[in-house]
Amino acid sequence: MVTKKEIKQSFFIALWFMVLTFPIMVIKVNTIKHIILFRWENFVWVGVIGFFASLIWNYFLRLKEQKKKSDNGDDIPLVHRLLQNERVRIPFLAAIAVFFLAYPFVFPMYHTSIMISALVYVMLGLGLNIVVGLAGLLDLGYVAFYAVGAYAYALLNLHFGISFWIVLPVSAVLGFICGTLLGYPVLRLRGDYLAIVTLGFGEIIRIILENWDEFSNGPRGIPNVPAPSFFGYQFGQHGSVIYIYFIVIALVLLTIFFVSRLENSKIGRAWIALRDDEIACQAMGIDKFKTKLTAFALGATWASIAGVVFAAKTSFVNPMSFTIWESITILCVVVIGGMGSAIGVIAGALVLILLPEYLRAVSEYRMLVFGALQVIVMVFKPEGLIQSVRKKYKFEKLKD
Amino acid sequence: MEPILNVKNLTMNFGGLKALDNIDLTVEKGQIAALIGPNGAGKTTFFNCITGIYQPSEGDVEITPPGKPMDRLNGLKTNQVTERGLARTFQNIRLFEGMTVLENVMIGRHCRLKSSILSAMLRPSSQKNEEKQAIADSYKVLEKIGLDQYVNEMAVNLPYGAQRRLEIARALATDPFLLLLDEPAAGMNPQETKELDELIIWLRDNEDLSILLIEHDMKLVMSLSDNIHVVDYGKKIAEGTPDEIKSNPDVIKAYLGDDSDDA
Repeated sequence: MVTKKEIKQSFFIALWFMVLTFPIMVIKVNTIKHIILFRWENFVWVGVIGFFASLIWNYFLRLKEQKKKSDNGDDIPLVHRLLQNERVRIPFLAAIAVFFLAYPFVFPMYHTSIMISALVYVMLGLGLNIVVGLAGLLDLGYVAFYAVGAYAYALLNLHFGISFWIVLPVSAVLGFICGTLLGYPVLRLRGDYLAIVTLGFGEIIRIILENWDEFSNGPRGIPNVPAPSFFGYQFGQHGSVIYIYFIVIALVLLTIFFVSRLENSKIGRAWIALRDDEIACQAMGIDKFKTKLTAFALGATWASIAGVVFAAKTSFVNPMSFTIWESITILCVVVIGGMGSAIGVIAGALVLILLPEYLRAVSEYRMLVFGALQVIVMVFKPEGLIQSVRKKYKFEKLKD
Repeated sequence: MEPILNVKNLTMNFGGLKALDNIDLTVEKGQIAALIGPNGAGKTTFFNCITGIYQPSEGDVEITPPGKPMDRLNGLKTNQVTERGLARTFQNIRLFEGMTVLENVMIGRHCRLKSSILSAMLRPSSQKNEEKQAIADSYKVLEKIGLDQYVNEMAVNLPYGAQRRLEIARALATDPFLLLLDEPAAGMNPQETKELDELIIWLRDNEDLSILLIEHDMKLVMSLSDNIHVVDYGKKIAEGTPDEIKSNPDVIKAYLGDDSDDA
């Protein structure tokens, strides 16, 4: 039931919104005729919509509270239940496989191209998930390693003509080395301090790329980065998009395969322990520094691989692709998807990257709607779209 | 008999404050020793100094693990101390909340496992076997402590007493020869305390462990301990069997206050 108090609260919220949005929703300045238009009808609309939106908002918040009380937060997300059910699992996975295999042949090239971007973000998200989600190290300069991969391919190809398939493993090693080199001095810091320093490092890489003309060709970037070849055969424009699509799919599968294995290994457990309690973790015999460093280096490895794919896909790299916003988008993928949850991060990447593209229908308000959706997810599902579920083990009783 | 833990002249300064002042303490093999003292006496600081969380300002910490030569712990990192066979629990519970009970114990096995990043990703059969062994070992520890019914629960969802026991299970999983328990009975009800008492004695008798514990529950300390060390204001004021400690005037003064001024 809606209480009197809630109605009163909603009323004031609506009033506040009316005042707040007054300058942009009501006043309109016509600079040509030098007149100011007051659109009072908008004023009323904001009030009415604000009032009802606030009521609905409260209703859902209350629903969430009640749910939390009744099942003490122990529910398993739908996707995990589907995957755990023996009978549903195979058809479920098969349906996903068919969808992704048929995708580039069913939808036009534009959609395939967008899907490639989304899948690159899946890789980036899964990589950053190791650092932020599992090991709990807030890294705001993650994009730097993405840049390392992209520039590695562009430059190695430009100067030495090295092909995509050779650069791919090389960039992985390069990413690992860069992650270790940066991690070494930086990981003595924690929390906010670490975030600031990594943020700075990300910017340094971008600024170097922008200003070191002889090395990176500055802000003009490096054009004509070739698309990957298929045993020496170079596809046409359309064919090459589809080809890259399948390469990304394969790389994403590989990433999922490795990351899920890491997650349930000695190292993965050490990461989570480190995130949950640093001192207890050390007291259990875990080398804090080494564990942090592996998380950082492995995260960087995947960013670097994703960077190579990115360069091959866009056939052009310049520093503008590696701004701080890129880091923040990847962080959003991890946080909104669900920290530490691989399936969540995949869902997060797909939603976060595909949604703005398909929201072009409401073009001007695209980013506004997008931002509102992010807020809604964080308020109603703070643990992310699909929260992480730890592996369960079965045991025969030994005693008796 | 050779002491397995031998602490000599341990001093810890925080700025001008002497948290620990010249403390000597030994624990012998198979002994249950207790460290008691009023609040703020420096008991937990003592644990932190031994386990490498703090680096002591002065003094030596020496261990002699059964069947091994003497080793010095000064300057080692916390994880290296644990690798050498000292495991501890914490006064305020510090479990890994994002993990299941079993995984918490498996973290304890961590330093005894050998797998590397590459083997974790590629999973050769040696890695699989090691992982299986770790799971089995951890489960065995849980059975010993009596937590096996909670195996797949998240650690945070456990009842309070069980969380305290899980801390002990986790410490046991590191294969220690000396167990350091920091107020294991804090917040427990009489029934839980009684069970803990039995558990500690069982551990000493069956697991070949020596135990050093900090505790405020005097009934528990007196019934358990072979040897009691009393500290006050960072100084050791007494050492002896429970009966000696009970009748020691310095200890009574430290706990009840000096009433000679008021008289």
